[in-house]
Amino acid sequence: MTTTETLTTIDLDAAYRESNVQQLLDELDRELIGLTPVKTRIREIASLLLVARLREQMGLSTEPPTLHMSFTGQPGTGKTSVAMRMAKILHHLGYVRKGHMVVATRDDLVGQYVGHTAPKTKEMLKKATGGVLFIDEAYYLYRPENERDYGQEAIEMLLQAMENQRGDLVVILAGYKDRMATFFQANPGFHSRIAHHIDFPDYTLEELMQIAEMMVFQQNYAFDAASRQAFHEYLALRMMQPHFSNARSVRNALDRIKLRQANRLVRAGGAVSKAELMRIDAADVRQSRVFQGGIDQPAG
Amino acid sequence: MRITQGTFSFLPDFTDEEIKAQIQYCLDNGWPISIEYTDDPHPRNTYWEMWGLPMFDIRDAVAIMQEVTACRRAFPEHYIRVNGYDRSLGRATTALSFIVNRPTVEPEFELQRQEFADRQVKYTLQVRR
Amino acid sequence: MATSTNGNKGRWSAGVTPYAEMGYYQPDYEPKDTDILCAFRLVPQEGVEPIEAGAAVAGESSTATWTVVWTDRLSAFEHYQAKCYRVEPVPGADQHIAYIAYDLDLFEEGSIANLTASIIGNVFGFKALRSLRLEDMRIPPHYAKTFQGPPHGIVMEREYLNKYGRPLLGATVKPKLGLSARNYGRVVYEALRGGLDFTKDDENINSQPFMRWRDRFLYCMEGVNRAMAATGEIKGHYLNVTAGTMEEMYERAEFAKELGSVIIMIDLVIGYTAIQSMSKWARKNGVILHLHRAGHGTYTRQKTHGVSFRVISKWMRLAGVDHLHAGTIVGKLEGDPNTVQGFYATLRSARLDPNPLQGLYFEQDWASLPGVMPVASGGIHAGQIHQLLHYLGEDVVFQFGGGTIGHPDGIAEGAAANRIAVEAMIQARNEGRDYLNEGPEILARAARWSPALAKALETWKDITFNFESTDTPDVMVTPSY
Repeated sequence: MTTTETLTTIDLDAAYRESNVQQLLDELDRELIGLTPVKTRIREIASLLLVARLREQMGLSTEPPTLHMSFTGQPGTGKTSVAMRMAKILHHLGYVRKGHMVVATRDDLVGQYVGHTAPKTKEMLKKATGGVLFIDEAYYLYRPENERDYGQEAIEMLLQAMENQRGDLVVILAGYKDRMATFFQANPGFHSRIAHHIDFPDYTLEELMQIAEMMVFQQNYAFDAASRQAFHEYLALRMMQPHFSNARSVRNALDRIKLRQANRLVRAGGAVSKAELMRIDAADVRQSRVFQGGIDQPAG
Repeated sequence: MRITQGTFSFLPDFTDEEIKAQIQYCLDNGWPISIEYTDDPHPRNTYWEMWGLPMFDIRDAVAIMQEVTACRRAFPEHYIRVNGYDRSLGRATTALSFIVNRPTVEPEFELQRQEFADRQVKYTLQVRR
Repeated sequence: MATSTNGNKGRWSAGVTPYAEMGYYQPDYEPKDTDILCAFRLVPQEGVEPIEAGAAVAGESSTATWTVVWTDRLSAFEHYQAKCYRVEPVPGADQHIAYIAYDLDLFEEGSIANLTASIIGNVFGFKALRSLRLEDMRIPPHYAKTFQGPPHGIVMEREYLNKYGRPLLGATVKPKLGLSARNYGRVVYEALRGGLDFTKDDENINSQPFMRWRDRFLYCMEGVNRAMAATGEIKGHYLNVTAGTMEEMYERAEFAKELGSVIIMIDLVIGYTAIQSMSKWARKNGVILHLHRAGHGTYTRQKTHGVSFRVISKWMRLAGVDHLHAGTIVGKLEGDPNTVQGFYATLRSARLDPNPLQGLYFEQDWASLPGVMPVASGGIHAGQIHQLLHYLGEDVVFQFGGGTIGHPDGIAEGAAANRIAVEAMIQARNEGRDYLNEGPEILARAARWSPALAKALETWKDITFNFESTDTPDVMVTPSY
């Protein structure tokens, strides 16, 4: 490519290849089940940022794009996993220098007494510099019922960092959709600094089944036909119950099933084959209280 | 006089970009960074004042530079040094230490001599401000 | 070896029995964790079986003598016999490597004299061997822990000196002989104020008629203290306390301490016991101990006879010195790159794995004995900094004697040139530059603002020492630099 050409055209394919973003998007597709609308949004954002980068190189951009985001959705819908990949994408596109992610909750940011909050928030901001600060259940920062709450101090520092250190870190706020909406209403400063709102839908029953299959496979267990059917029924019931948290509930349910399987094997005693050590029996699933209209475990 | 303690005192004073590169080298090695300042550059003054605790778990030198800048603002006429610390087994000591701020006029050292009958001399260094 | 006169008679019949048949060759023997292991390179005389040669070395370096003695039967001789457990031919040579295991109980705790009297005491003069070389030893932690080790070690030395993140710099005062104390101290002052961390007496500067030791110490310390005042840095001069008797060495060391010197120096030729004594003194008195390896070339250099320097390095780490000259690779003295890197690893690492490329035959666990700071000295200059840093790393003293004092603008300028070269190279390395290849360019850039460095580079630009090394590992022929 000659110098004159670089002024007028840029090879978009080459830029895309060099950024390795496709690889990350493929990974996202492969490793996270479902989430189609989320994946589409991520793809759009990646394209936007790539083009912004090229426009900047051509001297067309007016100011750097805002990168802060909000991820809303029920627990267990993949917000943290997607955020981690987002951090990598931002890194590959050159928007953050390191591409790591620091997860923070209110307790990491807000102190218990006067003068405690600023150093805590500053510490987290420093750790996240060069990467993504992921604030889970961000609305807990804001406690309107207590006017002397130190959360306000953290909020102000975060807003300042989001504005003044745009090149240094990206903030992703996460939580339930309705509560985030209230939070943004009360804190318009946040809302205006966030460029991308992504909503994470609940998984469908079939997607949850796929997630379960993947987890079972990764942990070297196996459903048989009966236990697969039992787990399908289990999920259908569990989804109707309160405190259902998607992929996290699947993981917890599998943990309890593994416990029952082990119990069953030990009680049976004698020689046990490799296949039996892997196999999940329908009984392991059906012993769950969910089948009696109960809940396996609160918040599970 | 220019005090030549620290890893890079014989080079021209580093720009912020050069300081950042050295800090990033430390962070990439997994060494936490501490910032220290003093107005007493005696070579045996081991314990300079700590500008906060050593900074652990930082990935990006920009975060440390913010502290360097803050420390300079608070102590513009002090010596300030940046230390990288390697805690690995068998080392557990400072791995890199360099000065990032100096007073406009650096002090001199006065060499005091105490003479004895057998031509022995006892030496003491005094900072002369 | 002598041929058997015992025929088919029993093990204990009077007369001569091959060593291999007396239990000194045990191919099935599995060395214990506590055993001291040795690798010997041997060339047997014609007609002597390599196995018998290995067994003979094992025998003569432990319990055996040339003939059967009945008094063996009054001892638990099986326990005390050294066992040659493997003999391997060296490809393409008439040499063999014999591996021998020695039980821990054969040696006195904390005594290099006893260790060496056993292992190299007798066997090197054996008529049945054309040549013999002790290549390497594995010192088990059980034995290593009976030694004091370096009085301070690399970490403590850096903390004493408040110098981190770069090689230390030194220079040997030149000319080696003939300067008066007053002129000698001038070199010390100039080199230290110019930017070096240390200056050094040469190995043969003791207390000659042209300059008695006490005068030298006084003038050197005046130079050291003046330089500290001029720079605000801690400086040192290795005051050589080598003398004819221990009493005189202690007297000189005490005086160095009284004058406030951070470091003293001894020569390898004072002997292992004297080194261990000075090591205890150095730890007790908070003075760093520098060892010059004077004389080692007589027995370390030839590949087929003597003791490898890696073994000397191990002995010296046990005996306890803080500095030891270990080669430069690029300078004027013997040193194959891989072999020298093996010496450096031996001195500095907490533990080592076998590494045939570097000539390391065994693993070695130093059991937290501090590391020894290697010293690179002899025919090196500022223009080689990138190579020195690449091969030798950061925990090392680079000694530029001629390369400081020979600077056309004076000693202080020579010292500054070396310091600037090192700092610029460390800066570049830390910034992730390919400093080995870009070295000349990095130096040239620094020389643009430093006339001292520019002159140094110009003066020594073409000086290299390209000679074939004699002490090289077996696994690969490596070119010298």
